[in-house]
Amino acid sequence: MRRHISLYGLTFSLPLLIWQLLFFVFPLVFLVALSFWTVRNFRMEPGFDTVNWVTMYGRPVFWQAYGTTLALAAAAAALTSALAFPCAYAIAFKLSPAARRWAIFLMVIPFFTSYLVRVYSWQVFLSDAGIINVMLGWLGLGPFRLLNTVGATMVGYLTLSFPLVVLLQLFSLVFIDRTLIEAAHNMRCGRLRTVFAVVIPSARVGLVIAALFSFILCFGDFVSPIYLGGGDPTTLSILITDTTKSGQQWPRAAVIALTMIATLLVVAFLSVRFAYKGRAQ
Amino acid sequence: MTQDERGPRPGMSRRAALSLGVAALATPMLSRRAFAAPTQLTMLAWYGHAEPDIVAEFEAENNVKFVPKYYTGGDNMLGLISQSPPGTFDVILSDAEYVQQLNAAGYIEPLDPADYPFDEFFPEFHRFPGHWDGDTLYSVITRFGFLGVAYNTDAMTEAQASTYDVFWDTGLQGKVGHFDWHLPNLGQMSLLNGNASPYDIDTAAWDAVKEKTMTLRRQIGGFFDYGGTFSSLNNGQMLAFAGIGDWITGTLERNGAKVRSVIPEQGGLQFTESFSIGKGSSKAELAKKWIQYITSAKGQAKSAQMAAYPCLIPNQKGWEVLNAENPAEAARQGMVPAQGNAMDLIRSGRIKYRQLPVQQSLEEWNDFWSDYKSA
Repeated sequence: MRRHISLYGLTFSLPLLIWQLLFFVFPLVFLVALSFWTVRNFRMEPGFDTVNWVTMYGRPVFWQAYGTTLALAAAAAALTSALAFPCAYAIAFKLSPAARRWAIFLMVIPFFTSYLVRVYSWQVFLSDAGIINVMLGWLGLGPFRLLNTVGATMVGYLTLSFPLVVLLQLFSLVFIDRTLIEAAHNMRCGRLRTVFAVVIPSARVGLVIAALFSFILCFGDFVSPIYLGGGDPTTLSILITDTTKSGQQWPRAAVIALTMIATLLVVAFLSVRFAYKGRAQ
Repeated sequence: MTQDERGPRPGMSRRAALSLGVAALATPMLSRRAFAAPTQLTMLAWYGHAEPDIVAEFEAENNVKFVPKYYTGGDNMLGLISQSPPGTFDVILSDAEYVQQLNAAGYIEPLDPADYPFDEFFPEFHRFPGHWDGDTLYSVITRFGFLGVAYNTDAMTEAQASTYDVFWDTGLQGKVGHFDWHLPNLGQMSLLNGNASPYDIDTAAWDAVKEKTMTLRRQIGGFFDYGGTFSSLNNGQMLAFAGIGDWITGTLERNGAKVRSVIPEQGGLQFTESFSIGKGSSKAELAKKWIQYITSAKGQAKSAQMAAYPCLIPNQKGWEVLNAENPAEAARQGMVPAQGNAMDLIRSGRIKYRQLPVQQSLEEWNDFWSDYKSA
């Protein structure tokens, strides 16, 4: 049946279309074009030269950073999801409606403060003379090197994505049909088994989307790898700044950025496909 | 009965009311200058150069309001200029190695040397390399500083820190930081390898620099930007630092941190900051006035003590004013004429200019730096 486009429908859909064109499609097209430009004497010259793609893809450091970033973001998404789930589960099923509202409010509060400030405050906890090492010192332990490590980067990633993942998981869990859980219990299904056999499959879409958001946020994050990881190992976001910092190599940075966008699109597509697998469309 | 007999009348006489009215109407005309909106002067600079401790006096005297755009690093500066229409920036602060790039790209105006107090400058700064193109001046030096070994004074003595070899000390594994920019770090490695001109080295010497630098990788605790460098030195996370100098440690030291910088036996690097007038500026006269102010003895003393980061100054009379105003800071930075000072270091040949690589491309140095970081 042919759909009729009404003025009413256009009124509501046009702003979104304009937004997408202005802030996603046009910059993306420009980024693609930029990746074929060249730089001479610190000045970008428009043109069509594949040198940036050949150079970046031919450098081992690029693939090393790519692998590192992919692994870190995947680990962060898995870790965040695993840690957030008990929290979201408790809020969804164990708290009263009033307490749940407070819990949601508490999860929103971190968004009121700057992520950069939150990451900097972690330095106070994680440095060699920081709060954690001082407390460990009381027990006769340490000091341990906590700051400028991959572990510290992971703490930063958790700071970035944990509240969002909890909220997304929570919204998925609260809409689960409670009769399914009751049915499982009636059929003598234990609590833990109910979680894995009923709750998680029922909330799969929300859980996968939450993990996907965590992956997306961490994959492109620059703040945690620099300020908590000490810039070591090099991630793609750090490689972008390195590339632009010297010689104005914005076209090469565009190659890295486009590779990141392509990776995120593939991961998002696969995740959504997995999330809706076996469900009626 | 006369008025005197009546005594003073309550309220206001007609004459007084008229006078007050005329005065009220005339006030804006008489104090037009005070009521006029300040002229905006745009400045592209490292952080701190347009902050109140430096510009407040000039702003008040000239009814000017600086609108700063801060950058971190010469490439960042070139990027900002190239993305802005001509005339966007009235005043541009640049490191010496980038003045030539600014000039080649046509971003800055030629200057008249007679407008600036070069006769008060130390002779070494009269014709600073890169600031001139033939006999045409494009930039006036305002500050400079040295890059050496930055160290935690609780962790080591000045004598221990007086060699770049300290970075390889096994006791410092994971506690050596890099300011994340290849030019100063690799320049220091080049000095350590004994290259008299650290940036003008042939292929063999460049290979040796790369090889030597790679051996340092296991010692490194992190690669830090401007803010990260400050915090990691301040909280003692890093005990030694390559690629920086008093411009970072001086700020921390003034605030009580136990850090300091020393020029090691292999020599140090020198960076400079200079002011230019942006091409197409509609306020070139005012921009010139600012450069005259900040390079004058009074402006120089102020600049040396900048809250954001201290620096050495090229104006000899500025040294005199600084010694009169703040002798402790003059001594701390090595700007006391009668004793061993910063100029003696330069004259002894221990200081080399930081510059762009001469025999290799900038890209080659940068690519190696990325490889080193990922090693």
